[in-house]
Amino acid sequence: MTTIDAPRTPVATTRRGVNLEKWGWMYMRVSGVLLVALIFGHLFVNLVAGEGVKQIDFAFVAGKLSDPFWQVYDTLLLWLALIHGANGMRTLVNDYVAKPGVRRALHFALAASTAVLLILGTLVIYTFDPCPVGADPELVASFCGDL
Amino acid sequence: MPAKVAGTAASSSAPLTVPAPRPPAIAGTLYRGREGMWSWVLHRITGVAIYFFLLVHILDTALVRVSPEAYNAVIGAYKTPIMGLGELALVGAILFHALNGLRIILVDFWETGTRHQRTLFWVVLGVWAVLMIAFTPRHLIAVFGG
Repeated sequence: MTTIDAPRTPVATTRRGVNLEKWGWMYMRVSGVLLVALIFGHLFVNLVAGEGVKQIDFAFVAGKLSDPFWQVYDTLLLWLALIHGANGMRTLVNDYVAKPGVRRALHFALAASTAVLLILGTLVIYTFDPCPVGADPELVASFCGDL
Repeated sequence: MPAKVAGTAASSSAPLTVPAPRPPAIAGTLYRGREGMWSWVLHRITGVAIYFFLLVHILDTALVRVSPEAYNAVIGAYKTPIMGLGELALVGAILFHALNGLRIILVDFWETGTRHQRTLFWVVLGVWAVLMIAFTPRHLIAVFGG
């Protein structure tokens, strides 16, 4: 005689190792909370404070990115937001794309574009020169004149 | 129609009868078509929109590494009236996604969050409206006010 499990008996956990889907789920929530604070600050400083969107130009960005605080701030924004967004897009691909080949192609495109943009963005933040040699003095930050 | 209760049947070979489905009085608790579904739909749509803006935004900001002229030329496009309205839509999408994301976290981790998910959705919309009422005139003055 065969015996069957009582209803609601948990599924036997035979999988070993790290549950990546669980940590992806956790990442969305932890990065989400951090991003709420970081992006609200980003929007306030760039679009609400000062002259709003009209103040944004090369000199404005140079003033921010020559400050280590904004370098770290923008690095956190870049990494947390892009990975959060790419993982969200991965969820949509899993939900709506049924053909295995198309899924693989889209997963690869997401991973590749994320890697390229993370490297590009990080390099821009840490190799940025706020006062490029030979730049039009009208376009660079006022502090460049003192150097 | 009353259902036969298991165990009272005289014979185990008696045909199984099950109660009829509960009447449509419970329709109001269904997920589909209500606040829960629409918050999910809006979360997906705003998420995709923000993601594609983020790709463009990383690339346009990377132009600071090229030259002041290149960056100023592209960022100048963000100051035009049409893009100004687009930024309003973008901020609206970001604020909704942020607030509804916090709602999702409450539903997931707060023990009675699920019970309050519908109320929380209206709280999200209320806070969103307050923030948009504060942001919209400020941004439109910056875009159109000279």
